[in-house]
Amino acid sequence: MMMSPASTHTDIKRRSPLSEFRVALKMPVLCSSCAEKRAVLKRPKTAHSLCKECFFWAFEEEVHQTIVSAQLFKHGETVGIGASGGKDSTVLAHVMKVLNERYNYGLKLLLLSVDEGITGYRDDSLETVKRNQQQYELPLKIVSYEELYGWTMDAIVKQVGLKNNCTFCGVFRRQALDRGAMMLKVDKICTGHNADDVAETVLMNVLRGDIARLRRCTAISTASEGEGVVPRCKPLKYAYEKEIVLYAYFKKLDYFSTECIYSPNAYRGHARTFLKDLEAVRPSAIMDVIHSGENLSVREGVKMPVQGTCGRCGYISSQALCKSCVLLEGLNRGLPRLGIGKHHRLHEKILLQQPLTQEEERKLKAVDF
Amino acid sequence: MCQVDEEYNGQLDHRVTPRVSKKCVKCKENTTVLIIRAGDAFCRGCFKEYFIHKFRAMLGKNRVIFPGEKVLLAVSGGPASSSMLSQVQEGLSRDAPKKLRFVPGIIYIDEGGASGQSMEERKRTVAQLESVFRATNYHYHIVHLEQVLSLPSSVLEAGSSATGKPPTGSSYKAAVDHFIPTRKNQNQHPDLSVENAQSHLSNLSMQEVQNGVTSPITPEHTQALKRLFASVRTPTAKEDLLHTLRQHLILHTARTQGYTKVMMGDSCSRLAIKLLSNISLGRGASLATDTGFSDPRHGDVVIVRPMRDYSSKEIAYYNRMFDIPSVFIPGLDSKAQDKASIQRLTESFVTKLQTDFPSTVSTIYRTSEKLHTACPPQNTNTQLSAKCLLCVCALDTKLEEFSAYQATLISEQLSQRRGPGPEFTPGTTAAPGSPPASSAGQGHSSGGGQSQGCETGDGGCCSSAKEPETVDLKSLLCYSCRLTIKDMTALDALPQYILSEAERRRSQMREEISEFLLDEEEDEAIPRVNGS
Repeated sequence: MMMSPASTHTDIKRRSPLSEFRVALKMPVLCSSCAEKRAVLKRPKTAHSLCKECFFWAFEEEVHQTIVSAQLFKHGETVGIGASGGKDSTVLAHVMKVLNERYNYGLKLLLLSVDEGITGYRDDSLETVKRNQQQYELPLKIVSYEELYGWTMDAIVKQVGLKNNCTFCGVFRRQALDRGAMMLKVDKICTGHNADDVAETVLMNVLRGDIARLRRCTAISTASEGEGVVPRCKPLKYAYEKEIVLYAYFKKLDYFSTECIYSPNAYRGHARTFLKDLEAVRPSAIMDVIHSGENLSVREGVKMPVQGTCGRCGYISSQALCKSCVLLEGLNRGLPRLGIGKHHRLHEKILLQQPLTQEEERKLKAVDF
Repeated sequence: MCQVDEEYNGQLDHRVTPRVSKKCVKCKENTTVLIIRAGDAFCRGCFKEYFIHKFRAMLGKNRVIFPGEKVLLAVSGGPASSSMLSQVQEGLSRDAPKKLRFVPGIIYIDEGGASGQSMEERKRTVAQLESVFRATNYHYHIVHLEQVLSLPSSVLEAGSSATGKPPTGSSYKAAVDHFIPTRKNQNQHPDLSVENAQSHLSNLSMQEVQNGVTSPITPEHTQALKRLFASVRTPTAKEDLLHTLRQHLILHTARTQGYTKVMMGDSCSRLAIKLLSNISLGRGASLATDTGFSDPRHGDVVIVRPMRDYSSKEIAYYNRMFDIPSVFIPGLDSKAQDKASIQRLTESFVTKLQTDFPSTVSTIYRTSEKLHTACPPQNTNTQLSAKCLLCVCALDTKLEEFSAYQATLISEQLSQRRGPGPEFTPGTTAAPGSPPASSAGQGHSSGGGQSQGCETGDGGCCSSAKEPETVDLKSLLCYSCRLTIKDMTALDALPQYILSEAERRRSQMREEISEFLLDEEEDEAIPRVNGS
């Protein structure tokens, strides 16, 4: 069972005199919510000791409050749940199903999964998703990079190397989810991003100096206007990763728990380690970072990207060509560095199918392993 | 690869070790003595010029320090603030037309009481610093942290700025142009002539300094201070509290001695660390004032940070090469472990990341330049009650949109004893319609007042008698100051001025709503209904 290591230092301030008395007498600590059953876990978020049922109830209630107060869904909508087979999306699927029935949201739920083509990782997690489909009785649609783009992640890594592959995967996945959603005529997509993910993103954007993303990344749902764009939201935005694991463990949910084999080299790893250390010092730090991110504001006059459409595929883009078209072009032409770094001037050339000069080709070929 | 705006102009093709050119890149004549960044090799003279120029460029670009103003330099004895002191000396001594024109004073705060130093150690450090200060011939103040216990509560009020509106560029230029001829005409006037002012002040300084140094610090004061810091549980909260108290002391000194500006010696590296740790502490709303060039939150006294363009490396090199005196004074976080406090953790994280990705600090610095406060605190129309009691920034705890703060409140409420309310029990599916109403009611009542949550939790954990005080203080604080106060066990150890100001604001609020308040006796007769 996962217990937050820092729980000991918050332990002291959270115990009432009564429960300290009980602990001194070596009696079991009671749940602080119902005060009837014995507590079996300590919540990482607030350090309260809770019994199983009260924890389930509190967790589900919080997601419900998030959905209701942020007005994420409308009655009768079709909602696609981004399912990877990992703990976040499994818990999301489960909780959405439970809340949909309990509070009568009236939503039509289905599972959307993306196959990136990573052997040993994705094919196993897809089996988990297929099992989820049967367990939750939700329709499932799988879209794969192979059929959308003609490239699997394994093939991409062979060309690109191990340092920038996460860029390719992330960009392609975003579009893949949208394409899958449009095929199924889904009104909204919801993803299993949790509080830790959002906090990491805030920290990462500060470290990379990405002001545009910094402003948008704490929003709970994306903008909903535009063709070819399915709005997406994060119902689990305020749920700690540790609580999600606790929930999945106690509910005995079926999920796939291995990390992507290519992830150790990502820059996000630094932000993640830092956040984990912060949580160890002060457990509320995750919510504090999100709070900071929500209250940031950018000065006027700072250059921001403007939303337009891609010249080739019509997807939304802030440049002449969308990122996935650029990356794909680079892969197809054997120029893997096209798309890593800024190449605005080259976008026009690619759009017009003009050949690149010798110098440009040479630069784009250099691969960094 | 880790920056958004990076261009790859063929640099990646040449993966050879960077060539160290033997000649200075600026004058191309002398041999280099140091390298700041890859490709920036300077000789001694050019480095000195580059360093000095940066300081004046920073002041000149921002144009907030008007000629003839009294500026207080906050010197901690460390390398950055000592360097700042020497830059000010440098800038004031030159006889060029572009010479800096303001009247400097120095303040040093002796924090030995909080960091556990003995009286002898403190006296020694103070003596060392005094010899440095005397060499500058500027008026200086030595203030002990114990004096924070006897501050007036007016420190927490934001004064109005002298001109009423922020000075514009044209008024600055006009002020400078006016200053030069008048200086020539009234050379003997002690107020305008800086040299005369200095000698005038140095005559005064002997008596003033007596007051500053020998203001009686009894062991009782030190004990009270120690008690205050001992009542704070976590090192993070201790450092935060120390920082706040330090700011109050500096502000008070500036106000009483007539200084309108304060210069802090925060370097680029230190500000990058401060930015990240402030984000981790929940201070996102006030990032721009905490790390920007000018900090106008107090109204009449503006805090500026002229050293924010210098990395610690440059400062260290300069201090070493040009023999700038600095004194090492152990603080609260000296010899602390990496994971002791959030500030310490952030410092080690940024420093380690900087070794792998040399552009980290400058990227974070550039990010901080693009921010501004969501609700500018220097607006004199903002009511006093809308500012935090401790850090004097605008409160960021509104409950309008669904936010992280509201989510935390709901989590607290849901994890504690549920009051006699919803029939809904966990594990059963209730009829649609009624549970949303009751849980929504509970949710909204928790959003409405944090005090309600504490009161319904009578079987839970916050039933100590001290709770009402914490609740009272919390409503006057911003998000991160609340976290600091939450870590304190004994709120009455706080200095008197904070407690009396809190009481004053509470009674002010009470007056505003007095016509709607019921009498205490009447209230108890009616059974309290939760959630309506």
